[in-house]
Amino acid sequence: MSNSPDDSSGPRQHLVEVGVAAVMALLGVITVIGSLQVGIGWGAEGPKSGFFPFWIGLIVIVTSLYNLVRAYTHGSRKLFASWGEIVQVLKVVLPLTIYVGAIPWLGIYIASALLIAGFMRWIGRYGWLLILAIAIGLPVVTYVTFEMWFLVPLPKGPLEDLLGL
Amino acid sequence: MSHTLRRRAVAVALTAVAAGLFVTPANAWEPTRNVEFIVPAGTGGGADQMARMIQGIITKHNLMKQSVVVVNKAGGAGGEGFLDIKNSKGNPHKLVITLSNLFTTPLATGIPFSWKDLTPVAMLALDEFVLWVNADSPYKTVAELVTAMKAAPPGQFKMGGTGSKQEDQIITVALEKATGTKITYVPYKGGGEVAVQLVGKHVDMTVNNPIEAVAQWRAGKVRPLCVFDSKPLAGKEKIAGDLSWSTIPTCKSQGLDIEYLMLRGIFMPAGVPKDAVDYYVELFKKVRATPEWAQLMADGAFNQSFMTGPDYTKWVEAEEKRHRDLMKDAGFLATN
Amino acid sequence: MEGIGDLMGGFAVVLSWQNLLYMVIGIVLGVIIGVLPGLGGANGVAILLPLTFSMSPTSAIILLSCIYWGALFGGAITSILFNIPGEPWSVATTFDGHPMAQNGRAGEALTAAFTSSFVGALFAVIVITLAAPLVASFALQFGPAEKFSVFFLAFCSFVGMGKEPPTKTIAAMMLGFALAAVGTDTVTGQLRLTFGSTELLSGFDFLIAVIGLFGIGEILLTMEEGLSFKGKASGINPTVVWQTWKELPRYWMTSLRSCLIGCWMGITPAGATPASFMSYGIAKRTSRKGDKFGTGEIEGVIAPETAAHAAGTSALLPMLSLGVPGSPTAAVLLGGLLIWGLQPGPLLFVEQKDFVWGLIASMYLGNIVGLVIVLTMVPFFAAILRVPFSIIAPIILVICAIGAYTVHNNTFDVVMMLVFGIAGYFLKKCNYPLAPLVLAIVLGDKAEEAFRQSLLISQGGLGIFFSNGLVSTIMGLGLIALFWPALSNLYGRLTPARPT
Repeated sequence: MSNSPDDSSGPRQHLVEVGVAAVMALLGVITVIGSLQVGIGWGAEGPKSGFFPFWIGLIVIVTSLYNLVRAYTHGSRKLFASWGEIVQVLKVVLPLTIYVGAIPWLGIYIASALLIAGFMRWIGRYGWLLILAIAIGLPVVTYVTFEMWFLVPLPKGPLEDLLGL
Repeated sequence: MSHTLRRRAVAVALTAVAAGLFVTPANAWEPTRNVEFIVPAGTGGGADQMARMIQGIITKHNLMKQSVVVVNKAGGAGGEGFLDIKNSKGNPHKLVITLSNLFTTPLATGIPFSWKDLTPVAMLALDEFVLWVNADSPYKTVAELVTAMKAAPPGQFKMGGTGSKQEDQIITVALEKATGTKITYVPYKGGGEVAVQLVGKHVDMTVNNPIEAVAQWRAGKVRPLCVFDSKPLAGKEKIAGDLSWSTIPTCKSQGLDIEYLMLRGIFMPAGVPKDAVDYYVELFKKVRATPEWAQLMADGAFNQSFMTGPDYTKWVEAEEKRHRDLMKDAGFLATN
Repeated sequence: MEGIGDLMGGFAVVLSWQNLLYMVIGIVLGVIIGVLPGLGGANGVAILLPLTFSMSPTSAIILLSCIYWGALFGGAITSILFNIPGEPWSVATTFDGHPMAQNGRAGEALTAAFTSSFVGALFAVIVITLAAPLVASFALQFGPAEKFSVFFLAFCSFVGMGKEPPTKTIAAMMLGFALAAVGTDTVTGQLRLTFGSTELLSGFDFLIAVIGLFGIGEILLTMEEGLSFKGKASGINPTVVWQTWKELPRYWMTSLRSCLIGCWMGITPAGATPASFMSYGIAKRTSRKGDKFGTGEIEGVIAPETAAHAAGTSALLPMLSLGVPGSPTAAVLLGGLLIWGLQPGPLLFVEQKDFVWGLIASMYLGNIVGLVIVLTMVPFFAAILRVPFSIIAPIILVICAIGAYTVHNNTFDVVMMLVFGIAGYFLKKCNYPLAPLVLAIVLGDKAEEAFRQSLLISQGGLGIFFSNGLVSTIMGLGLIALFWPALSNLYGRLTPARPT
């Protein structure tokens, strides 16, 4: 997209695939451990709670290890993504992470307004008028739709407590 | 419709704002925002139906200025809902309707909560249990069924029930003990499904609540054998032929000394003001006085006991102990 | 044909201006519910139920069932436009619907989806009208073993269809099964794989996984490629509906097959979600353009939408005649019937003729009204894609978060959504198929439950899955579907190439 020097370097596809396969194998191991805790036998009344998860976990481990080795030996050496592209992705991941982390403290309405405002300003470079209109408008519409029409309570924070909503 | 809805919603919002701005003298507590009514079970079950019925009655008769919001938290056999109440200490805008999983879930799963983490408000009713068989089966009385069960190889008779290590399975174990037989218990997700499995002859008997099986009974698909209560049910209205709820004999009179009733009660989080508890007690008294409630009670042949305050607390305490004994005998206690 | 006369009576009950108004309101509310992920049809119906007590039961059920239709229609909209399925049964619609939108054919995809939904529902209503009692007795034959066989069939007809490496497909699918197992084991009541965490009590909900993997994952991929939705180029074209309609009759075979699959899955009752996956899988295998599925084939939108709507509609039948809901929404409607003093069950059709036939008549009319409403909105919906990415992206993120929260009213689920989103990005980039993973999460615990219930009944014997004609046939079909690629491959090799 841009011509920054970052575009030619970045993590290689095969290494990322090795990482993904390793994480999946780890999840498989966790599944197996959890299954062992609840019993993996085949009792008189059919399989116990851990029977299916145990074997499923084993299959995940075996296939993931195969995928891992395969990716390392035969995987594509091409770029997974350039550093520039990864920065682009992080521009969503980071605000989203902060947003998710802020919901229990600020409530979903304030957090959403901040996310929208931040995103539109930082990525889109829009004027403040449009930003304020959307960043305040959407939470208000959400409030009316969810809390008033459908009576679905969403997480609220100190501001809503103050307003007595 | 949506217009009136919106107007109503706006009105609610305005009252809420007004209540926030002009604080009325606090002689009587009243909710200042929407009240969350937690159902520790899935949509469509007995507790859910009752909660939504109450929500409807309160809305229709305008019994409360704020709205009631029903929220289902069914995870972990209802543990999710109870934990939410436990963690909302001091919040007077949360209610929970219970079923027997108030007692059974912590015992069977080890999820850390007990009724002592909650404030008892009121017992609304007790739900009855009836022993049902398929109408095509040859068993007309409990004695005939028990004789057949004793003659059959152990485990051949299958009992369908709702959930695992909960009320239905507790009764099944008691039934095994009383008759000296072995029954295969097959757990399903909901009471309605259990009734249909009986009609489809996939199981041999069930202990459905009256309301779950009444439609199949009226259609002549299932047959009640006895009710797990100390006295027969009240309903005299004819349901199937000449039979009514009151004609079903008690299990005790049929030689099965088993009694089991399920609590349909209301609790609040711990540490809420006494005024708030009193407010809700009054509210539920008003709910119980409506014709809709009476209809629900009659349809479901509920045992209409009502308790509040210390009586209720004492009852809950005794009930928990009973469940602990029952669960221990049945080997349902969590091992860890 | 006693049914026809009753139906006419039903139309007479329904056709009042008041009831027609309720229909329009119901459809519009339903579309809103369907569009917003997390606010499922079950939510909407449940929440409005208390408000309808003051109406007559017939008007109330018309309003509520129209919300149900509206939600079925609405689920497709966000799937096609943003790759976010508003409802579980529209996941399969994303596979080809979203690529179509990316190719600038959002209007066509939406028209195809809405029209197919209508066809599916209409077919199911006709089945209900003509064969209600027969169908009800058929549904009674479904015990745990039969249910397991249906899940098995649905699964077999979907798996093994991707171009991805088989070991990656298996790994992704098994991971889905593992996620489905987390939480309370319904058969023993034991908690498993929660490791003492109270957050995991209710397990991983399918919707959260889908919102994360598809919705958030898609936004991350879009960001990586530069800031725009590819669908931006599509113009507003008011005639798109007619143009698409001219093309649709060509796919009558796919539609008919999907109708049958949908009705079958709705009545059994396995539900609309497996029906849509199964229908998509079979369409992909039988279509001449099968290898192009996933890149924006209109047939890949028709198949799942038709089946999902047929299943969603026919699921109401077991509810009315047996009192067993075929879907969560039906479960809430069922609660409504009880509150109005109507007892669903075998006698409902005899004792409450007005009500039942009024409902069936409202199914016909509600669908027609619904189709007209949503079709007029197509150009408007397609135009949403013209909103710049840096405005629409944060709004989508917020809607996703709300959707994830409302599933269990739990902020932990929002965290999980983020995790699934990042996982979706990596899995997609590393060529792991997401569809089998998602299907495993949907069907995993249900299939396991039915399997273990069966074994309880048979006391451990696997013979129960071949114990009668019905279950053996379904299992047999499942096995054929599973090995179909291998079989057709073998067949292709054995028969000498035909001269062309």
